Amino acid sequence: MAEAIEAPAGAGPVDHAPDADNYLTHGKGVLSWLFTLDHKRIGVMYLVVILASFFLGGVFALVLRTELWTPGTTIITADTYNKMFTLHGAVMIFLFIIPGIPATLGNFVLPLMLGAKDVALPRLNLASFWLWLTGATVAVASIIIGAVDTGWTFYTPYSTSTTTAVTAMTLGAFILGFSSIFTGLNFIVTIHKMRPEGMTWFRMPLFLWGIYSTAIIQVLATPVLGITLLLLVAERTLGVGIFDPALGGDPVLYQHFFWFYSHPAVYIMILPAMAIMSELISTFSGKHIFGYRFIAWSSIAIALLSFLVWGHHMFVSGQSGLVNMIFSALTFSVAIPSAVKVFNWLATMYKGSIRLAAPMLYALSFLFLFAIGGLTGLFLGSLSTDIHLHDTYFVVAHFHYVMFGGTVIAFLGGIHYWWPKMFGRMYSERWAQVSALLIFVGFNLTFFTQFVMGSHGMPRRYYNYLERFTAYHQASTVGSFILALGFLIMAGYLLHSLVSGERAPANPWGAATLEWETTSPPAYYNFAHEMRAGDPYDLDAMRWDPATGGYVRKDPSSVLASTGETG
Amino acid sequence: MAGHATTPQEGLRVDHHFENPDQQYQSAKLGMWVFLATEILFFGGLFVAYSVYRANHPEIFIFGHHFLDKNLGALNTVILICSSLTAAWAVRAAQLKQIGLLKLMLVLTMLCAFGFMGVKAVEYNTKWKHGLLWAGSYDPHLEHDEPAIEIATEGELLVDGTEVAAEVVSEAQRVGDADLVESEVVSKSVVVQDQTASPVDRSNIAPAAEGPAGLARSDEGTMDEHAIAIEPANAQTFFSIYFLMTGLHGIHVLGGIGAFLWLLMCAHRGDFATGHFTRVDMVALYWHVVDLIWIYLFLLLYLVE
Repeated sequence: MAEAIEAPAGAGPVDHAPDADNYLTHGKGVLSWLFTLDHKRIGVMYLVVILASFFLGGVFALVLRTELWTPGTTIITADTYNKMFTLHGAVMIFLFIIPGIPATLGNFVLPLMLGAKDVALPRLNLASFWLWLTGATVAVASIIIGAVDTGWTFYTPYSTSTTTAVTAMTLGAFILGFSSIFTGLNFIVTIHKMRPEGMTWFRMPLFLWGIYSTAIIQVLATPVLGITLLLLVAERTLGVGIFDPALGGDPVLYQHFFWFYSHPAVYIMILPAMAIMSELISTFSGKHIFGYRFIAWSSIAIALLSFLVWGHHMFVSGQSGLVNMIFSALTFSVAIPSAVKVFNWLATMYKGSIRLAAPMLYALSFLFLFAIGGLTGLFLGSLSTDIHLHDTYFVVAHFHYVMFGGTVIAFLGGIHYWWPKMFGRMYSERWAQVSALLIFVGFNLTFFTQFVMGSHGMPRRYYNYLERFTAYHQASTVGSFILALGFLIMAGYLLHSLVSGERAPANPWGAATLEWETTSPPAYYNFAHEMRAGDPYDLDAMRWDPATGGYVRKDPSSVLASTGETG
Repeated sequence: MAGHATTPQEGLRVDHHFENPDQQYQSAKLGMWVFLATEILFFGGLFVAYSVYRANHPEIFIFGHHFLDKNLGALNTVILICSSLTAAWAVRAAQLKQIGLLKLMLVLTMLCAFGFMGVKAVEYNTKWKHGLLWAGSYDPHLEHDEPAIEIATEGELLVDGTEVAAEVVSEAQRVGDADLVESEVVSKSVVVQDQTASPVDRSNIAPAAEGPAGLARSDEGTMDEHAIAIEPANAQTFFSIYFLMTGLHGIHVLGGIGAFLWLLMCAHRGDFATGHFTRVDMVALYWHVVDLIWIYLFLLLYLVE
């Protein structure tokens, strides 16, 4: 742990030789990783464990889809099925998608974009990684103790009466929540206090605006989930009765508490995805981002509105008509900043020279899928249609179009975009395109059929179904396996690239944000000089350099701070 | 944060990723404020639960708060306010490199915190003895339970209640604890639930001095402010909320004690000899918030009316 402190100031050679000292080779052994304070290594460790969680959640999903191949029993019992969909939800939400982008790409890229050496509070950063590990261990341990079968929302009163390991799972989620809070807190402080010379708020890359907005939600909403889950634990262990009608409590209060966090939480998931999108669209359209200020403000607007719409999860839980109407109207208002973003991305692409590299394929997928996911959200936000669609596969499909089609797809785009920076290797572009295509097709086959099923009245979370839904369910299951194949191929070529991928240049894409000014992979100290930020989307400042096979700045001194050498 | 005076600390060891001590100090400070915001929201959930149940069932809170000892609550409030003073004084001592004074203030703050927990323990113990616990374990009773009371008719109740009071008074005189009288008598009356009371009586918002069951008597000084009518339905909710809120707060006090102990060790090691006071400042900020939350708890739980 002491390495970061003892290193002499001014160290941090940026040697452009490919095998020079970098963050991957700086320090050997498992302990040098597990106790590192380096934001890049912490980001990479998060990437490993979070992708492992994604794999686990994915396996659960495949089991579900296989079971649903036929009505009645296919491979597992009804009880196991209930546990499977709960675990799929809980693992994907709490272990994978909430920490996903901020903890991995955010940790790795955010300080680099700021031209900084690390996040503001590196020890807290490491602590939050360890909290993640602890929380994940407790949550996964609950599977062995007695896998939870309540659904990932842990609704009372069932969650307080079931004999499954709700306590362990919720304690796990509680600890994971603190990991998320500390990550958000760290990013807020870093962005406030560590911006380089020349980087005013409105010259920050939009990725930082997205991560900043996310961090606000993480910090303000997650504590409420923390206390809610703690109350649930107290309810189960002591019987405090706050949510138990038999003891004078109110189970709907649990729903309010839960969604006060969990609705903002879906913006914790989508805002970082939008943050990545702004970078991808500008870079691969070869154009300055369109409507910078609108995109920046829309992130903040989404963050604030996210706190005002939780009631739309309880339209049929006995809220008053007036409250329903207010929440419905507020829900519609979220469409405005979301649409502002999409239109600005489209305007950025307009008359751009679009390169269909793998990250851009994902960006285009995002636009298509998020548009469907977002617009079907309006069906659910309208009171009359929601009564019909509530708790059907329509909701499942909407949620997956936004969370998978939106967040996961953008996450994949981000991984492909920053992969060369993270590991200094290029992946196979051809295989990347194959896998992007498979994922796009598989995804739509899996979930579009669910829109149809849902609107025909197929309820979600059901083990059995009517004969007439068989074709839809089977199409959906086939889609999920195509999806899995796409991911398998991706795992293959990404791992392959680590071993024998082509060496990546410092700036393979021609982007103008600061993380591309250091080597790939970055040096331990990130930059040799204090950096100065200019316009993050001034792509004309870059030129192709055949010698390195990447892009270089036409005027390299334009990003060096006037203070000169570090230290 | 914004507007905060820049306070360069010459003795601060600057971590490699900061440009100067001030940037490091300001980062820590902002981080702490954000953390405190999360703490407020963390407690916020409980305050919302309190508000919801209080708004829907005010009678539960009016009834329940009689069982909390205002004097002990007030004593704890004074203790915590004093500890905030000593914590703030510790920050000043650290800034001025007065290590002896700093240690003294840290010790005083810890003593206050221990005092707070001690008083709290006394209060919890009383509740425990009387079965005034959270909903699942709510079982109000006297130590020497007299089943006769539960089956007594209204007329006998008055007589019986008087007897009990006399017995408790004599016991309290023996022990020399005046508070015992109140809590015993009050908890005794809980046992005597009037099962025949109409729903209207049960949701009496402001009980009359003369309760419908005739248990609360206005002629005795100790009973005056503790006039209780009938135990409303779901009275246990009050104690659930009481234990959740004060319990979570108590855990934060324990955390504070740990933090002050750590500061004391740092001070002893000589960490603050150079005028580096960030840590003291951060812990003191945390302590002030813990103090502030208690003040709200005191108002909302002990002084309901």
